[in-house]
Amino acid sequence: MAETTPLYDLHQKAGARFVDFAGYLMPVHYGSQIEEHLAVRQRAGLFDVSHMGLLDVEGPEAMAFLRRALANDVGRIGPGRALYSCLLNERGGVVDDLVVYALGAERYRVVLNAARKGVDQVRLAGLAAPYQVTLTPRPDLGLLALQGPEAVRALAAFFGDGLAGRLGALRPFAALETEKGFVGRTGYTGEDGFEIALPADLLRQAFSVWVGSGVRPAGLGARDTLRLEAGLNLYGQDMDETTSPLESNLSWTVAWDPADRDFVGRSALEEERRRGIRRTLVGVYLPGPGVLRAHQDLVDADGRTVGSVTSGSYAPSLGFSIGLARLAGERPAEAWAVIRDRRHPIRWHHPPFVKRGHILVPAAAGR
Amino acid sequence: MSHNNPHDLRYTPSHEWVRQEPNGEITLGVTDHAQEALGDLVYAETYPVGKRLEVGDPCAVVESVKAASDVYAPVPGTLVAGNPVLAKTPEVINRDPYGAGWLVRIRMESGSDLAGLLDAAAYERLLKEGS
Repeated sequence: MAETTPLYDLHQKAGARFVDFAGYLMPVHYGSQIEEHLAVRQRAGLFDVSHMGLLDVEGPEAMAFLRRALANDVGRIGPGRALYSCLLNERGGVVDDLVVYALGAERYRVVLNAARKGVDQVRLAGLAAPYQVTLTPRPDLGLLALQGPEAVRALAAFFGDGLAGRLGALRPFAALETEKGFVGRTGYTGEDGFEIALPADLLRQAFSVWVGSGVRPAGLGARDTLRLEAGLNLYGQDMDETTSPLESNLSWTVAWDPADRDFVGRSALEEERRRGIRRTLVGVYLPGPGVLRAHQDLVDADGRTVGSVTSGSYAPSLGFSIGLARLAGERPAEAWAVIRDRRHPIRWHHPPFVKRGHILVPAAAGR
Repeated sequence: MSHNNPHDLRYTPSHEWVRQEPNGEITLGVTDHAQEALGDLVYAETYPVGKRLEVGDPCAVVESVKAASDVYAPVPGTLVAGNPVLAKTPEVINRDPYGAGWLVRIRMESGSDLAGLLDAAAYERLLKEGS
């Protein structure tokens, strides 16, 4: 039996169609995935992401522990800031990708993927043993993502003018603990926005207030197409324990300096770097009709398989299909996606495809 | 969820509808239930005119934002037409699944008929059992 979030009945009232995602019944859309996607790009949308795992990390050695556990370096952020990082295994494979917020000198909050939070918590607990640190899962907190160019303007409806002003002044990847919840200026859509952690009663109140004030509820379907347009990896599709961050367009999230910070997976990544990184994750789009989907092969002019699509979809902001693809080696000048045994020419594009409402794919494509 | 499934059509358990035309051809589409379950349709492709079809052979593909679905021939025959508006406006399947959103026409093999397909009441019973 799938779990639900505290907002289940409110989703039903809003017309949600549900899908089982990582053991949770979550809204996939509320009538039209495309309209929800465009609402986030053009105005504002509201996602229930309470299925994600919140984990508080506290204690005098909280920082030392996270500097050991994570490939990015929490030593680089002070209180009130957030950091994106991979959690690696000893072989340098990606166990999960996460956002860690520094709440105070000895307090951090980590947001984990729903499908991975169990695995992550076991791994983190094992790594934490030598440190003076307490790990506390926070299933009592739900999570909303308020995203879109009008997200700032929407804040006041729930937070009131004074608090909304302070939250609106947050820089990207900054965060603030307030009496009405914990708020970070973060998201997974490529648009401005906020992620808000709240206990169940306030979560319900916030959802109702925002939807009542005209913010469009948006489901996991729109969340997926928005993140793909923004060129953001999805764990389990674009990377997993068998791929390293260096092969997954995430080299920028690995903090090599200082050289003596011995994070889990470091020696494997250094070895990989010495040998040379062969596989890459690249952006592709289909200038003609058709839809890229995960697991479709990419072939070169001689028909040799050069890679495969890891995430693919129709891109509602663009009107054609885009994807991420893993290549086994060199990127050929020309390539084709094999869709139902037919070859369709593709073009390369370094992601993102869309960022803050701007279309970054140069060629005019279309169906 | 209530659906308005026309009573003059026949239906398949895989959510296609079939209309018998006076000239021995059939018109095929996907049901209202199918278009709603698929969500916003963004691409549709019909197989080439002239393709010989056995029962259960794919004759069209419809793709929503999320996924691709095959559409199957409910009778043996020859594909004689694909709906030309789908290439530019696949969303017509969402708007009008029983009308402008039709997919293909098939000339039925002689001797075959629609007797094995569901009527509207039987199709609606199947939807109720499945939900």
